[in-house]
Amino acid sequence: MTVTHGSGLRPGRHGSPSGSGGAASGGGGARSGAGRSRTTGPGSTAATLGRVLALGLIVGVALWAAAPLVSAGNRLGVGIVAVVTAAALYVYLSPRRLPAKYLLPTTLLLLAFQVFPVLYTMSLALTNVGDGHLGTKQEAIAAIEASSVRREAGSAEYRLTVAEQGGALVFLLADPARRRAYAGTADGLREIGGATFGPGGRVTAADGYTVLTPAQAAARGEEIGSLSVPVDGGAIRAQGLTRAYEGRATLAYDADCDCVKGGNRVWRADDEHGRFTAPDGGALPQGWKVGVGWANLTAAVTNPKINTHFLGVFAWNLFYAVAVVGLTAALGVAAALVLHHPRMRGVRIYRTLIVLPYAMPAFAMLLVWRDMFNTDFGLVNRLLGLDVDWLGTPLTARASVLLVQLWLGFPYMFLVATGALQTIPAEYLEAAQVDGASAWQRFRTITLPLLLLALAPLLVSSFAFNFNNFNGVFLVTAGGPFPSDNPTVGATDLLITYTFRLAFGQQGAQYGLASAISIYVYLIVAVISVAGFRRTRAFKEVR
Amino acid sequence: MRGLAARHAAAVAVTAFAVLPIVFVVSAALDPIGTLNSATLVPRGAGFGNAVKLFTTTPFWTWYRNSLVVSGLTAALSVAVSALAAYAFSRFRFAGRRAGLVSLLVIQAFPQFLAIVPLYVIFSAISDNWPEFGLDSVWGVVLLYIGGQVGVNTWLIKGFFDSIPKELDDAMLIDGCSHTQAFRRVVLPLAAPVLAISGLLVFIATINEFLIASVFLTGDDARTLAVGLFGLLADQRNANFGMFAVGTLLTAIPTVAVFQFLQRYIVHGLTAGAVKG
Repeated sequence: MTVTHGSGLRPGRHGSPSGSGGAASGGGGARSGAGRSRTTGPGSTAATLGRVLALGLIVGVALWAAAPLVSAGNRLGVGIVAVVTAAALYVYLSPRRLPAKYLLPTTLLLLAFQVFPVLYTMSLALTNVGDGHLGTKQEAIAAIEASSVRREAGSAEYRLTVAEQGGALVFLLADPARRRAYAGTADGLREIGGATFGPGGRVTAADGYTVLTPAQAAARGEEIGSLSVPVDGGAIRAQGLTRAYEGRATLAYDADCDCVKGGNRVWRADDEHGRFTAPDGGALPQGWKVGVGWANLTAAVTNPKINTHFLGVFAWNLFYAVAVVGLTAALGVAAALVLHHPRMRGVRIYRTLIVLPYAMPAFAMLLVWRDMFNTDFGLVNRLLGLDVDWLGTPLTARASVLLVQLWLGFPYMFLVATGALQTIPAEYLEAAQVDGASAWQRFRTITLPLLLLALAPLLVSSFAFNFNNFNGVFLVTAGGPFPSDNPTVGATDLLITYTFRLAFGQQGAQYGLASAISIYVYLIVAVISVAGFRRTRAFKEVR
Repeated sequence: MRGLAARHAAAVAVTAFAVLPIVFVVSAALDPIGTLNSATLVPRGAGFGNAVKLFTTTPFWTWYRNSLVVSGLTAALSVAVSALAAYAFSRFRFAGRRAGLVSLLVIQAFPQFLAIVPLYVIFSAISDNWPEFGLDSVWGVVLLYIGGQVGVNTWLIKGFFDSIPKELDDAMLIDGCSHTQAFRRVVLPLAAPVLAISGLLVFIATINEFLIASVFLTGDDARTLAVGLFGLLADQRNANFGMFAVGTLLTAIPTVAVFQFLQRYIVHGLTAGAVKG
């Protein structure tokens, strides 16, 4: 690419006073024109300098970003870096007035952290991915065989030393009979030389490996217990922290029948559901990820076990968002109106105090509110002399989350309403008064419509925000209280907290279904945003 | 006169509603016992025991520093990036402009943390190659937050840019300035209110963000206030309440400080649309 010199050529600089448009065109494309550029108009030197800096910066970042990818042999990664670098070079070295110069950073950030995750989520929604269905079929088979390893009488035994290499766990295994040392990882077993043996025949040191102290090893006990070193027809597993044994796999995959055999049972591969099932219907816990088409998306609507929840949660979610917007706006406007009086005193103090909740960190105050609603030692019960389990029954819990959000949200509405009230011309109200309008009529026909006009965009964005107000519910009630027969849907659950629990809850992760529901949530919010945007634009045109 | 008294009564009631929980937090912070069931509305004594305990038994200042760095960087950078994009959308006419604006609106409607599984996959890959931007790193989370905020901010700022007369930058262009100069010297200074308000909103949203931080910043040195303070209550909900209250009050300081600092720019920007939670 030729790096053109950025003087009078740029279409963006119409009518440059030096009139150099024609003159400079001869020097276009020559970087050597830097000296002349000083005379052709302000900013040219700076522009050239900026372009050189941009070139250096882009190339530097690209090299830095590509280095680890190249050494890891990641072709796709290198390709992406190359494409992005080429785009950046084209955009920033071009002398033309490209909108892309301003749009590129935003575009890249959105692509990486918003668009790609959304597309990925959509692709997950078409699979059964989740606990027990995380990897490929090969990985599932390996996991099945490894976890079926049982010790048999007379099998080989080793002295175990737990070590690590580059953070990964390694079993240093000593065969006391033959005085040989092996290093075992999840990839397999290999013999090592240069090991030092200690008393009892254990390896105490080996080149390239860091031996863990007993305390360190104990801390990683779970990891040690689950590591199995594959060997022919079985695997080596730890028994405690100092011994290991070689066991035989009791289950084995047979490619001929595409099934897992063990004992006298057979589990056949079910490629539709991504698991091995026995004729009696039992399935092995380790499955693999398969595409399930639209099943997750339709399940959210048609599966009676899920859709009753889904619709119930959706209805409450809608009510919650509308109620929060309505309540916060009502209280905010009311408070602003109360203080809006020429003879009112102490307005500044009231205002400062009323706005205080807005300054407090919301996440912390949500937790404080949760504890204020506590039955036994919560402030609410103590102040009111009650003994109500606020967050324990559906109705009070719903009232509580609404109250909390009212507290958090109304100061902002108050602030905006206060500002808007001051812009309403007093003449309007005086004229109405002269015409004999009552105070209520003046409020209803003049003040309120003008206030709503100012608040409209805020009401829309508040609705969109509260529709997905994860913290507002999760930190206060965690979605609860839950009915005793169904721990998946609580009374205060919003779609977003419900989805979150589906994906990360105690019942086992169901990323596929959770992704399908997040797509629905997304569609709902997107429609609301676009509709809201249309509406506020309509409001603006009114004005 | 009766009307005025009623106004005061109503104002006092609203003020009490707004202030009581905060008073409770202040009392809990000062309370010498420092547990939830000992906390009252009126403190029974005042001491700094909770504060001392918070500073000595937890890495509170590390959390504090992390939160400030993450929120400050996110606010500054996302406003900068959004202002650039907003300028292009407001002043340039190019193919795909409308489509770009609409897709911004549609894309940003996706709540970022719903995609936390894909995001985790992305960041695991980033960690393998560029640990400076990976999991447990401030920069990685900052980039992620900017990606989640930039759509909203671009819209907000673009709306304000549209209200700045185009004749102003046309005049600059006629005088021989480049677009970049018109942007820097005319549009940006005039847009100070909206830049301030969107910076403030991003700052507040980021310092309050809990979910992504709790997944991406788990290392002892990387935790933010939201994650750290949440952990305090998760460990010992009753016993740590006093420490938690101190932490809450100290967390309010940067928000108030940023608000105070930006206040002179904010008067006009305030109505531009924002929520809190």
